[in-house]
Formats: sequence, C-alpha cells, structure tokens
Amino acid sequence: MVLKMLLIIAFDELKTDYKNPIDQCNTLNPTVEKVKKIKRVKIALKLVLPEYLIHFFFCVMFFCAAEWLTLCLNLPLLAYHVWRYMSRPVMSCPGLYDPTTIMNADILAYCQKEGWCKLAFYLLSFFYYLYGYVFIFTP
Amino acid sequence: MGPDPHPGLGRASQHPDWKLPSRRSDAVRAARSSLTSSRGPLLPHVRRGVPAFGGQRRSCVSTAPGIRGNRGRQDREMSAPGSTNPSSSGSYSQSSTPNGGAAPPRQNGPAQTYPSMYASTGYYGPPPHQQSYPTIPAHSTSVPNKTSITNSAQSANYYENNHQQQHHVAPAPYNTPCTSASPSQPYSAPPPSNTQYSQQPFQQQQQHPPYATPGSYYGQQPYHGVPTTVQHPQQQQNPSLVPAPAVGPGAPLYPIVSYPSVPGSGQYGTLSPSQSTSTPGVMPIQMSAPLHQYNSSQPTSTPPVHPGYGGAPPSQMVPTVNGQGTTAQTTAHQHYDPSHQAPQSYDSYGRVTHSTGGPAADRPPSGTPSTSVHSSPGHHQGMQYGYVANSGTSAASATTSGPAAAPSSSSSDDDEEDEDEDEEAGGETSSSTTGSASPLPNSYDSLEGGSYPDSMPPSNDMTNQAQSYSSYGYHTMQPAYRQGPASRSDSSPSHDLYGQPSYQQYSQPFPDLSQLSAALGGLSGVPELEVEALRPVNLLQERNLLPPRPLEAPEPNLSADLRKVNCSPQTFRCTLTSVPQTQALLNKARLPLGLLLHPFRDLQQLPVITSNTIVRCRSCRTYINPFVTFLDQRRWKCNLCYRVNDVPDEFMYNPVTRSYGEPHKRPEVQNATVEFIASSDYMLRPPQPAVYLFVLDVSHNAVEAGYLKYLCDSILENLDKLPGDTRTRIGFLTFDSTIHFYNLQEGLSQPQMLVVSDIDDVFIPSHDSLMVNLKESKELVKDLLTSLPAMFSQSRETHSALGPALQAAFKLMSPTGGRVTVFLTQLPTLGAGMLQSREDPNQRSSSKGVQHLGPATDFYKKLALDCSGQQIGVDLFLLSSQYADLTSLACMSKYSAGSIFYYPSFHHLHNPAQLEKFQRDLGRYLTRKIGFEAVMRIRCTKGLSIHTFHGNFFVRSTDLLSLANVNPDSAFAVQMSIEDSLADSSLACFQAALLYTSNKGKRRIRVHTLCLPVVNQLSDVYAGADVQAITCLLANMAIDRSISSSLSDARDALVNAVVDLVSAYKSNVSSLQQSGLVVPASMRLFPLYILALLKQRALRTGTSTRLDERVFAMCEFKTQPLQQLMRMVHPDLYRLDNMSDQGALHLNDTVVPQPPLLHLSAERVSRDGAFLMDCGNVFYLWIGKCCNEMFIRDVLGCPNYASIPPNMNHIPELETPLSERVRAFLDWLQDNRAFSSTIHVVRDDASAKSTFFLHLVEDRTDSASSYSEFLQHIQQQMSK
Repeated sequence: MVLKMLLIIAFDELKTDYKNPIDQCNTLNPTVEKVKKIKRVKIALKLVLPEYLIHFFFCVMFFCAAEWLTLCLNLPLLAYHVWRYMSRPVMSCPGLYDPTTIMNADILAYCQKEGWCKLAFYLLSFFYYLYGYVFIFTP
Repeated sequence: MGPDPHPGLGRASQHPDWKLPSRRSDAVRAARSSLTSSRGPLLPHVRRGVPAFGGQRRSCVSTAPGIRGNRGRQDREMSAPGSTNPSSSGSYSQSSTPNGGAAPPRQNGPAQTYPSMYASTGYYGPPPHQQSYPTIPAHSTSVPNKTSITNSAQSANYYENNHQQQHHVAPAPYNTPCTSASPSQPYSAPPPSNTQYSQQPFQQQQQHPPYATPGSYYGQQPYHGVPTTVQHPQQQQNPSLVPAPAVGPGAPLYPIVSYPSVPGSGQYGTLSPSQSTSTPGVMPIQMSAPLHQYNSSQPTSTPPVHPGYGGAPPSQMVPTVNGQGTTAQTTAHQHYDPSHQAPQSYDSYGRVTHSTGGPAADRPPSGTPSTSVHSSPGHHQGMQYGYVANSGTSAASATTSGPAAAPSSSSSDDDEEDEDEDEEAGGETSSSTTGSASPLPNSYDSLEGGSYPDSMPPSNDMTNQAQSYSSYGYHTMQPAYRQGPASRSDSSPSHDLYGQPSYQQYSQPFPDLSQLSAALGGLSGVPELEVEALRPVNLLQERNLLPPRPLEAPEPNLSADLRKVNCSPQTFRCTLTSVPQTQALLNKARLPLGLLLHPFRDLQQLPVITSNTIVRCRSCRTYINPFVTFLDQRRWKCNLCYRVNDVPDEFMYNPVTRSYGEPHKRPEVQNATVEFIASSDYMLRPPQPAVYLFVLDVSHNAVEAGYLKYLCDSILENLDKLPGDTRTRIGFLTFDSTIHFYNLQEGLSQPQMLVVSDIDDVFIPSHDSLMVNLKESKELVKDLLTSLPAMFSQSRETHSALGPALQAAFKLMSPTGGRVTVFLTQLPTLGAGMLQSREDPNQRSSSKGVQHLGPATDFYKKLALDCSGQQIGVDLFLLSSQYADLTSLACMSKYSAGSIFYYPSFHHLHNPAQLEKFQRDLGRYLTRKIGFEAVMRIRCTKGLSIHTFHGNFFVRSTDLLSLANVNPDSAFAVQMSIEDSLADSSLACFQAALLYTSNKGKRRIRVHTLCLPVVNQLSDVYAGADVQAITCLLANMAIDRSISSSLSDARDALVNAVVDLVSAYKSNVSSLQQSGLVVPASMRLFPLYILALLKQRALRTGTSTRLDERVFAMCEFKTQPLQQLMRMVHPDLYRLDNMSDQGALHLNDTVVPQPPLLHLSAERVSRDGAFLMDCGNVFYLWIGKCCNEMFIRDVLGCPNYASIPPNMNHIPELETPLSERVRAFLDWLQDNRAFSSTIHVVRDDASAKSTFFLHLVEDRTDSASSYSEFLQHIQQQMSK
C-alpha cells in the first residue's frame, strides 16, 4: 500500500511534468521555445507509456486485492487508455503523439485538457487511496 | 467511439462550420437586433474606427509643429536663392520634358506587367484597363499634367492650389516665359499655360476613353476653358502678391503650401488672398474652420489635406514632387518603370482632377450642412464634408471658374459624384488611420540607386508642374518644394488620394457587384455598396450567378490609402476581409476565418532592402510595415501588439531620397511586401550553397516507362539555369534493388559508378566526391546525363529499394542541406520503407468511404522530419502506372516542405500527354526560384491566434513553420481563431515573414503584411466574405477531416457548411422572410463551389477514383495557390467559336478577346460550338459535332469535324485571324501560371469527352447530384 502511495505521488509528479511541456509549447515565446519543443514532445512520448503501464498495473493489483469498487472506478480510464493507444497515429515506435500534428491547435488543446482531467482524477484517487490506507491501519 | 478522437473538429469555438450536431444553436440565437438594418451598423462603425486614429494622431500634433516650423524656415532659405535665378526656368523645363519623354517607356514597362496588377489589386475588371494601357504611353504624361492643371485651374479648391494658382497666375503676366517653356513640353500646347492644360485633358479624353468616364473630363474641360479667361484676373491680382514671394516674402507662402498642417488659419490667411479676391467673405471662413479641426485632430499636416480634397492633395504632392522631380527627374521615372502601380496612380490623377472639380463645384450646398457637422470636433465624416464643401466653395469662390465648372460637373453623372464623395471620405479616414501610405515604388533596388521611392504619381505631376513652373519662371519655388517634401511625410498622404480616384475609375466601367463593392471601400461612403454585397440572393430563383469575368478577390473595406498599400490578394488573402470582432460573432457568421498565403510567389517587383538594422517591434518582433503608426519622428507603435518602439537612428535616414528624418518614407513603410537582406543575426550557420541531389528510379519498370531519357535531357538543357552560384553542388543517385552512387570528382575522365548492395545498412562509399561542384565538374555531369539513359536500358531488376536510397540521400545531404528530387515509378518493395499494395480496385467507386487515406508506415514521415531538421527538402515525382501508395510516400514531401508531382499512367510512348506535361513541369521545376533553410512565421494582431496550418511544412511552434526548401509554387493555408475581442482596434493585421537563404547564398527575409478592418456587425462580416478563399480553406479542412475521420464525414461537414451559412444568414441578417435559399450576394457562389468541391477527385464518392489520384488531388488542395485551386475546383468555361471583340483587351498589339464565363452545365454547351474549359493545369477544348466548319479549319487546321485527330494536344499556329485570337486568348490565360497547362482537343464523340463532362459540376452524374438537387438537399437539411 505504501508503495502504491509513493508510486502515485511519483506518478502525479510525472503527470504534471508531462503537462508542462505542452503547456509551455503553447505559450507564445518565440525564439527560445521552439528549439525545445521537439524535445518536449519526445519527453511526452516517453511519459505516456509508463503512465498507461502503471495505471494498468494498479488495476491488476486492485483486481487481485478484490477491491471491486476501486477497480470499477478505474476501469473507464483503463478502457480509455486502451482505446487511445489503439487509435494512435501510425508510428513505428511506441508513443502517442505525432510531432507533425501536435501543433494543431485542436489536438494540442485536446491533449492539454486530457492532461488536466487525468491529473484531477489521479489526485482524487490518490486521496481516496490515502483514506483507504489510513482507514486500514488505524485500529 | 467514446470521446471524440478529434474533439477540436467538433468544437464550435474553433471552427463553427464543422460542428455537425448542434450547428444551428448559435445561429438561431443570433441577435435579431442586427436585423434592424444592414445600413445602420455601417456608419457607426466607421465613426468609431476613425476617431481612434485621430486620437493617435493627436498625440503627434504637439511634436509636429516644431519640426514643421523648422522646415518651413529651411524652405524659405532654399526658395530664396532659387527664386532669384531666372535662367533656371529653362533648365527646369528641359528637365521636365525628359520626364514627359520618359513617361512612355515607363508606361510600356508597366503595360506588360499589367496583368499582374490586375490580379493583385483585384478590382478592376481587367479588360478595359488593359485596353487603355497600350494607349497610355503617350498620355500618361498628359494625365498627370492634367491633374495638376486642373488643380491649378480649380485653384479655388485648395490652399495647395494656391501655390499653383499663384504660379499660374503669375505666369499670366509673364506670358512670354510660358510660351518659351511650352515648346519644351512634350505636348506642345499653345503658349498660354492655361490653354495648354485644357488641351491636355482633351487629348486624353479622345485617346483613351476607358480611363475615365467622359463626363468627368468634360467637367474639367470647362474649367480649363474658363480658367484661361477667368483666372487671369485672379492671377493678375495675385501677381502683386506672387512676385514678391518669389523673391523674399513669397518664400513663406510656399512652405505654407507644402505643409498644409501648418497652423491653418495663419496660412490660409496668407493663402486666401487669391481666393479671397474672388470670393472674399465665404472662402476664408470655411477654410479656416476645417483647418482648425484638422490641426486639432490630425497632427501631421498632410493627412488632413488630402482627405477632404481628394483632388487637392495631388496638387500638394505635385509641388513637393516637383521639387524632387525636377532635380532628379531621370531617377524619378526610373522607379516609375518598375512600379506597376504607377499607371493606376496616373489614372487616379486624371480622376482626381475631376473629382475635385466636379463634386466640389456641385457641393457648395452640401457644404454648409457638412461644415456644421464637422464643427463637431471628432468626426471625420464631418471633416470630409467640410472639406468637400470647402473645395466646393473654393471652387465657387474662384467665382470665375465656379459657375462654369458647376454646370460641367453636373453634367457628369450624379452617381459618379457620389462615388467621389465616398472615396473622398475613404481617403479621409484612411489618411487619418495612417499617414504613411504611398504608391508602391516597387523596385527598391533601383530606388536605392538614388531615385525617389515615394512618388511615382507625384513625379508625373511634378513634371507637369515643373514645366509650368519653369514656364512661369518660378523655378525659385522649386527648391522650396523640394525641401519641403523631402523633409516631410506630406507627400505620402497625397498619394493616398491618388489611389482613391484610380479605384473609382476602374470600378465604374465594370459594375459587377463584387467588384463595385470592393472598389468603393471608403468607409463612410460604402453603405450602398456593402448593401450590394449583402443583397440577398435567392439561389432557387437566380440561376445566372457567375460574373462575366473570373471572380476577383474582394477588396477589404479599408480606406483607399491603406488599401493601396495593402498586400496583394494573390500573395495574402483572408477568408473574411472584414474580421469579426469576437469569436462569438465569428461563430454566428458560420464562416471559417483563415488566411491563404502564397509567400514565395514570383513577384515582378519587389523592394529589396539592405540595412544594418532591421526595424522590428521589441516585444513581438513584428517587422515594421506600412500599417504601423508613427507617433512622432522617433517613435512608432506596433500594429500587432501596440507596443511603442523607438525608431533607430539608421532608420531616420532614407537611402532612397538621401534625406534624413522621414522614417515614414522608407520603403519598409511604403510597401506591404518587402524583402530584407538579413544580417548574420539571422543565421544559425553560414548560408548554405544550393545543393541538388537527384534520386532516380532505374528499375525495369522505370526503364519501361522511359522517363529517364527525358529527365536527363531536361536536366542537361537546364543545367546552366539551375538556380545557384559558383558554390552550387549537384549529385546523382540511382536505385533499383541496389543503390548506385556516382563519383563525379573533378579530374576523372568519366563518371564512376559505385554500387552499394547492402541496403539494410546503407553507407556512403565516398564522402567528398559524390556531391560535386557543378561548375567544376560540369563536363562529368554532362557525360553522366548523356550516358545514364542507356546505362540501364537492359535492366531486368524489378525491385525498388526506395527507402534505403532515401536514407543514403539523407546521409549525403545532411552536412549541407538542400533539395532531394526523387523520381519513382513503382511501389517500393525492398528494405526499409517497403510498402504493400493496399488498394482494392473494386472499392474505387464505392460510396461507403475510402480506406487507406492515412500512411501505412511512418518511415517516410520520420525520414522527412530528419530531413527537415537537416534542412533537406524532398520533392517527389511519381510516374507510376500502378498503385504506388502515394499516401505513404507523400509524407516524405509533406513534412519536408517539398512538392509532389504525379503522372498517372506515365509512358513515354503510350501517353504523350503525360510526357508533355512531365517535360513542361520539369522545365519549370528545375529553373524556378528556390529558398533554402527557410522558416516562416505568421504574426497577427493581438487577440487573434493561429489554429491550424495547411500545406507542406513542419510546424515547429504555434506560429512557426519550418520549411527546408521553399518554392514559389506552393501555398499555405492557415486557420485562425479569435481568442480575445478585437474591440480595441479597428484594424487587424497579419504578417508573414519568410526567412530563407537565396540560391546565391544570401539570407533574406520576405515580409508580407495584410491589413483588414475589424467589424462588429454580422452583415459587415458577410459583406466582406471572400467566397473563393472560404472554399479553399474549407477544402483544406475537409481533407484533414477525411484523413483523420472519414471521407463521408468530411463531405457532410462541407454540406453542413452551406446549411449553416444559409440558416445563419436567414436568422441573423436577412430581413426578408423569403422562402427558399437566401444568401448574401458575396456568398452567392458558395453552394456552387461546395458542390464542385464534392465532385472533386479528392472528395468525390461513387465515381471510380484511383486511390493515388485521390491522394494526389488532396495534396494539391493543400499546396496549390488559390487561383489555381479555384480553377481546378470550378473550371472556367468559355465559348470560343463566336468570340466578339467586345470588351477585348489590347496587349502589345495583340487583341485578346474576353468571352464571358459560362456556367458549368451541359445546357450551356451546344453542339454547334467550340468550348474551352480552363481547369488550371489542363485545358479542354471541346468541339461540338456541328461546330462551325470555319472554326475547325481556321483554328485546328483540319478540314472538317471528322478529320480532327483523336489525341490532339496543341493548337496549330495558323495565320488566320480566328486562330490568332484563340491563341492570344489561350496565351493570356496561361500568363502568370507557374506551370503551363496542356491543352486537349476533345471531340464530341471521343471517349475523352467524359472527362470534359465530368467537369460540368452543375450537372447530375451517376453518383452525384446536380446543382438544383443540391440546393434542394440543402433546403431539406435546413428545415430539419
């Protein structure tokens, strides 16, 4: 359980990390930002897959622990992840974002929104787990 | 699908049209309040816009006077010496004559370039102008003269005029000088100066009627005639004043004149004498009143002047110009030659004159009310009227001329006068908005040589005036003028005026709705015209929607000076020429907001600027442009972010005029399209040389197709014309299942072929000898090119290892960057990037949807991104007869900013048409301009943001495109969204800056700036809608949609775009509750264009379409410039067999007939005719079965219909007049087209006729509905 917590915290951080680059891409700082942008997208690429894997791992753990309620809460997101990964653009390497289209305002805005929503979800679930953790260990 | 994968598409805020489900919610909600009247909004917004500028100006006022005062002193000093020198008169007159003489050449130069002008300005119905142009040469000079003359004649109108008057007047006493001077003038008119003037106008009239409606001239004539008699008295009176000024006291007068802004009352008081003499009481009063206002509202002296006068400003200009012109006349006309616009300005002069004369004369009555209006401080309109009134009164006050003039002017159409008013109004507002607009001195290069950039038109006037001056012996004046203008920005405003009149003229002959509305953009004057653009058109009732001539871009509703200096619509076009103020308004309008850009277009004239510091806004890095505001001499305000910047010292110096202290006259501020030579600050590395690598497919399939020989021939032929300098490098690489490199190192006796067969791990056998300097190894290259076709003629290798070859090319090129040209004839089957055939031929005509519009692998995309990073552009020539998965292959060009060419079923023997096209394209491709390591940034006014880009590039940042190569034939589209309200500005500006390395190794920045008005009324938005641009942008969006979602989705979205527009218009704007489909007149072609889009190869369903062709069509949509695209979408159909000379153009001795456009419907095509369809890259000449034998014989060279060969691809050059006319027309159509089009002669019974009929988009086909069915469908959708 503790490990779980730690992971989640780390994950939250990751999540916010992953948000920032795209946020910053969106800011209109002309000269400096543009060079970094490609790198940022790459960071995002690297972060997405671990996120999905960790979330999947959590779900498996919940399943093993017979935490049905928690599992139910997480299943939609899991399904979403699976769908999202299946419908990713054609690419030979693992990853979700296409550097050629990421700057499209629609896609960027969507990714951003997705990022924020997931961050909120992870935060809520983090407190929920914390509550469960405390609840279990208090006599 | 759960969450929408492309949520953006569905978001109303982003692009309303695409929101399929709830498309009408907003529209219905739309304010009915706007129904009140379409007129209502116009005036308010005009007023609103203007004051703002006035405010800005006001700040300037305080500073300006001081400067002026100084100048005035200078002028005086200058003038004094000059005046004393009587002998100078002779010299002046002489110098002036050269100008006159020079004028013809200038005209000739422009005459050729006119077509471009037309297109760019978009206004004028092309035919008449061009007709008139040829005649111009002789007249051009005369026109300006006339204007100046008229001004002088009308002297009453102006303080400026006063100068002239005085001059003129003065001459009267000294008749002798006049006579002596007159001979020198080209138009050797009778001695009396007045008579001369009057004559000139006459000549003009007679010779080229097209320029101005006769009425206007007549108006002038009387003036002239009268003035001779009348003016003399005035003059005589003046003389007493004048002579003195010439010597000493006169000097003060002149400065005053040149700087109208100078304290009005004082000046006027001085000036008025001439006028006052005639009409003592009235004039002074009125004059003074307006002036005061001007002074208060507008700081710069000049701007106020021209607004009111329309006509008067020229006169102002003239003096200033004269000063310059006389001294450096030769230089002056140098720039005339280059500039396209010069002719316009000339015309305008002509116009100007009568505008001042005609309206002014008539106005007096209106003048009084108007004066009252303008007394209320803020309103420009009031100001306008006031001025008009003044001019009118002044005209009247010039009592003698007054009466005569009034009747004459009245003889001219009332409408005209109204228009004049409007334009004048426009001029005012414009002048108020920015003081710094001027006719384009297009060739800055020549300018830098020492000619004066600012004044094409003025120079003409100048010559005239100069002449007049000289004749009068008032040369003394000139120095003063010279100084005045040079130091002052005044001249620029006057230019503006010039521009206005010209517009009118053009528009008048062609009362086409859109043109008219566009042409008459004067803010205050527009209502009627805007209403025209808004005229509800019931599509179900009106069938004849097409204009007689191809549609031109609508002109933004800007003041004339802004409009004149605005970027050419061919280069920069916005879907909504009136930008809505808020996103909500945009959503309500249901039209997409976007830009269509053709940034690297071949320009005939381009000011190139070399300076150490390129002036840019410190916060947003915007390049200084004509739409910035100069707060004073040292500060300018950015028009995009509104930051106030300093004007650097260097910018104060104008290399063109070699004068100091007039930043607003720099070419950067005079031209919306300029090119800077960039310093090393703009380089990340030393500029690369031009490097070309050709990657050739030499597999068996390629040999069969036989392209190699023609390619090598073409390269050989163009080897010396490849753009580049002495550093140019070239290389060749061929591939089948292996990769062959060619060692072309200098010193070898013959090229060495190096074969690399390890395609899994490609390496470069030799690093320095494969890409060689073209100059040093030219012989080897020629050797190779001659031997290459034979080398592989026996090849039996059927595989194609394109992927590894591209990797090798990448490695070869990555140290330098450059252009890789890939020729491919089949699907790549070996190594990395191999592809499978994905197309199911049975599905080609399925209407269910098209699969495989996305790439099969990202190999090519990744490769392209790598290439883009190394500044390598990849161009693809696909000559495949089989499916080659262009979807995937295209990625290599898409993301490296390359271009794609596709020749389906290419075979050198079996398909001569494709072969010819291939050869032509190659000729253009190899020799066209190219820019390397380019980036393009698009900036826009705060509040606007870029939503999506369309085209071939890699997006590096939200507003930055990375273009490894940039070529003059590719265009871009940009979707915009409005993030913040634009309420705090009345203008929205867009700036595209393209930074590239020229083929000579120079780093250059090409900057285009577009300025558009912001409106807050829906009706204004509709009035400014550019239906062609909207169609193209929607096509781009639809293609994105079809790739990301599905084809049927995209088609639905297109249909919904129409439905949305109609319902939005119905609920928001149209006050008539008509049944049926009602759209504003500006959008009347929209449903037709959308239907045509739906029938395009890229988007059609049901008709058998090969996947590659479909994908290629999509690529073309993304990259073709708008004009070309529109011809592809909605071809132009003409009937050729009965062309009349009505409205024909006369260009360089050839008569180009202008047959009217026909609707693309079989009912317009008759058996007994011959019809030409212009599809952009191909012409179809359809010959009906019963076509006139004479036409067949004279044009096609065949005795009768039956003997027309089935595959006729050219029009023989016959000596018959009919043939000459047809060919002249074809050549004219081909003009300005980058890739020349092939022509197919289609017989009525030939199998090829189906392709012809396929383009008749209004007709029903097996799988697609006709236009009327489409409209009914729309109606049904609306009623749902």
